[in-house]
Amino acid sequence: MSPLFLFLSFVALLSALGVVFAKNPIHSVLFLILTFFSLSGHYLLLNAQFLAAVNIIVYAGAIMVLFLFVIMFLNLNVDTEPHKPALAKIAAAIAGGSLFVIMIVALRDIQLPAVNGTAFDSQIGMVDKLGMVLFTTYKLPFELASILLLVAMVGAVMLGKRETGERHF
Amino acid sequence: MDQNIPQVIQTVPLQYYVFFATALFAIGVIGVLTRRNAIIIFMCIELMLNAVNVLLTAFAAYRSDANGQVFVFFIMAVAAAEVAVGLAIIVMIYRNLQNTDVNLLNRLKF
Repeated sequence: MSPLFLFLSFVALLSALGVVFAKNPIHSVLFLILTFFSLSGHYLLLNAQFLAAVNIIVYAGAIMVLFLFVIMFLNLNVDTEPHKPALAKIAAAIAGGSLFVIMIVALRDIQLPAVNGTAFDSQIGMVDKLGMVLFTTYKLPFELASILLLVAMVGAVMLGKRETGERHF
Repeated sequence: MDQNIPQVIQTVPLQYYVFFATALFAIGVIGVLTRRNAIIIFMCIELMLNAVNVLLTAFAAYRSDANGQVFVFFIMAVAAAEVAVGLAIIVMIYRNLQNTDVNLLNRLKF
């Protein structure tokens, strides 16, 4: 058992719990960034260097800055944080916990294929190999992803635009 | 055995990654069910998305199959688009209600 795997899993799960249980939304965002960094560590351990870099750049860099920006923009803090009744929280924790237990019990005895030592290629996560696959087999989905990002950008601008006669907040 | 197989793949069974991703997903589900702030709920959805990403990467790495990692790349691109639109919707909700509490939106069910 790799100690690094245990350490990264521990950090990821603890900071994920921090996201859920932090009172202040800013703390939740910071815990989520820590989770993403430990997941990038997992990607590095699995020899998926490209995904580790993309995870840090896209998730920890772009997406979390967007979250942080919106939270600070709307001035959300501990005082404005709405709370559910304790009974609803306990029911939700039981529901989530039983989902976890059921999944673990169902997946405990599955037979996963062993690692094929002779045909194993440790370089598949590198930029050159992955880029080769991305620009040959997955050329069309790659181009469609660019259209999706354009549509999302236009949609976000349209949604965020102030309509005439609307009051400032 | 190939010398280049990463040490984690040799020593950690694939099932441990399944358990780890399941735990991360369950934490995301608990977050969606317990919180009322729309932004926190959105962050917990990101957490669930990332649990699936870890599982896809682990399976792709153990089977040394690049297709799974390309799939994770596309999931990240879609997640970026989703976050941009989702946060714009949340800002619009705040502009109309001066709040991001999802319980104030219960009129949508009629």
